[in-house]
Amino acid sequence: MIDKKKNAKAYWKENLRLLLLLLSIWFLVSYGAGILFRETLDNIQIGGFKLGFWFAQQGSIYIFVILIFVYVKKMNKLDKKYNFDE
Amino acid sequence: MSVQLWTYILVGITFAIYIGIAIWSKASSTKDFYVAGGGVSPLANGMATAADWMSAASFISMAGIISFAGYDGSVYLMGWTGGYVLLALLLAPYLRKFGKFTVPDFIGDRYYSKTARIVAVICALIVSFTYVAGQMRGVGVVFSRFLEVDINTGVIIGMIIVLFYAVLGGMKGITYTQVAQYCVLIFAFMVPAIFISIQMTGNPIPQLGMGSTLNDGSGMYLLDKLNGLSTELGFSEYTSGTKSKTDVFAITLALMVGTAGLPHVIVRFFTVKRVRDARKSAGIALLLIAILYTAAPAVAVFARTNMLETVSNQPYASMPEWFKNWETTGLLQFDDKNGDEKIQYVANAQLNELKVDRDIMVLANPEIAKLPNWVIALVAAGGLAAALSTAAGLLLVISASVSHDLIKKIIFPKISEKGELWVARGAATCAVIIAGYFGINPPGFVAAVVALAFGLAAASFFPAIVLGIFYKKMNKEGAIGGMVVGISLMLFYMLKFKFGIFDGGKEAIAELSSEWWFGISPEGFGTVAMVVNFVVAIIILQFTPPPPNEVQEIVEDIRIPNGAGEAIDH
Repeated sequence: MIDKKKNAKAYWKENLRLLLLLLSIWFLVSYGAGILFRETLDNIQIGGFKLGFWFAQQGSIYIFVILIFVYVKKMNKLDKKYNFDE
Repeated sequence: MSVQLWTYILVGITFAIYIGIAIWSKASSTKDFYVAGGGVSPLANGMATAADWMSAASFISMAGIISFAGYDGSVYLMGWTGGYVLLALLLAPYLRKFGKFTVPDFIGDRYYSKTARIVAVICALIVSFTYVAGQMRGVGVVFSRFLEVDINTGVIIGMIIVLFYAVLGGMKGITYTQVAQYCVLIFAFMVPAIFISIQMTGNPIPQLGMGSTLNDGSGMYLLDKLNGLSTELGFSEYTSGTKSKTDVFAITLALMVGTAGLPHVIVRFFTVKRVRDARKSAGIALLLIAILYTAAPAVAVFARTNMLETVSNQPYASMPEWFKNWETTGLLQFDDKNGDEKIQYVANAQLNELKVDRDIMVLANPEIAKLPNWVIALVAAGGLAAALSTAAGLLLVISASVSHDLIKKIIFPKISEKGELWVARGAATCAVIIAGYFGINPPGFVAAVVALAFGLAAASFFPAIVLGIFYKKMNKEGAIGGMVVGISLMLFYMLKFKFGIFDGGKEAIAELSSEWWFGISPEGFGTVAMVVNFVVAIIILQFTPPPPNEVQEIVEDIRIPNGAGEAIDH
């Protein structure tokens, strides 16, 4: 029981660290690149896209999808590591 | 074959499929009815979530709104997808582990209080009803344009179909119908998008076509051309937008947090078997949603460019067939102010002669691009799939709130399972009838409120659920206080600045915009109300007793994925 409690604590800590990292990226690509720094990024053009506009209408969405799949993978690993997988 | 015949055939086939699935997946227990028996695979749940989520607004309205708003339309693109990241990381796995039937179940148990449960039920009903009325209206619009029946007849046909599979099949019927509906709607959205992308840029992938050069040999980028056309007519540059940065930020955040707080989306994650399935199906759902959401801005650019080129400064007499068709619906209006028999479509309201309803862009797009008739009919079937799938998901939340949270958990706990199932079916039927009534007699404010449903969800559920999982010490007084203050503040702001009820009605709204708090529009105010909810909850917590130990243990238990009572071998 003591072991399980300890495990649960360590598991939760690692989980929170992962969340913090992924949510920072989530914030940077949408609110950062797509909104706050859009004008600056718009000076860079890739193909027909201004970069800030691209992040707001395309790029952030692709990265959101990747973020969730990274989360799924990392959490499955974490579940195994702490013996919490089903 | 004519468009109308094609539409009858395609809509007929898809409706037959939905009804067939409903009969095959009839619900026989309350567990079937509320959470589809709890054994849905992550892929099926991902598809169902995507269909559930993408409503008439995503399918019919969104690309149209973006094509008029340009960069400002990004709030919907980021807002309605980014919410899934929050959902997958902060809510879905833990709520699945908690393992009950509804969102008020979680709030009621976690905050050990009937009051909390009732507050959650009321919030769920407010959010879901405002949302579902808009869907029924969407069904009516599609029917009236493509099958040339009266809008009201269209709403009633839609009601009967939804009634049939939601009442009979419950969550089980809805889940598998939504899987079929996802296939129909994504196919219907992508086929015209691909056709038009090839036509305009030669690139078959619309997401790339949007950033490619034009097909006309000029070597000019499509977006540059559209920026040029827009400024020529006095509009702002397509890729720049006009909203303030604060407002764009606030609206995006309110939509994201609102998405994560919508009960009909959350409840989908109760239907999978394991916690890891809940995480995975959130990823699959967003991937499937992203296909449409990254194509929509491309469709918006194609449609806008096509439309400006077709109508601007052209003689009215030479307008194609679709122009006249939409004129008869009243969604397109031409008024030859200067009498030169040509169409002047410009930003200046005094000189502008053409009024275009934003909702027609997606539906008219295949006609504007002169695509074959079956593609046009396909879009109609897709619009119906989008509206019906969302309506069904919402109706289930409404019926579960009544039969499970109110009747079973509060008013009449001794009810038998069979009795509860009948109450659930009865509640779903009543909900369909009320939704249909609002679809036929929209009370003017429905469309406006649909956008605000997100603000309401953001202001009420999101903080209560997140605190419930991530803050073990959060107690009932704090959570209830936060929800009540949050949703009341949001309702107040909505009534003041969206409906002007304190300042002389709708006419006053335009002038009130200079008084917006922090320059944030009612659509973005959910962000402020959400922050207030968090702050109020944490302040109240300081002056009230902490939650009992059992509750803190529940919280520790939902944080780990595997069964609580199971022994762990070392």
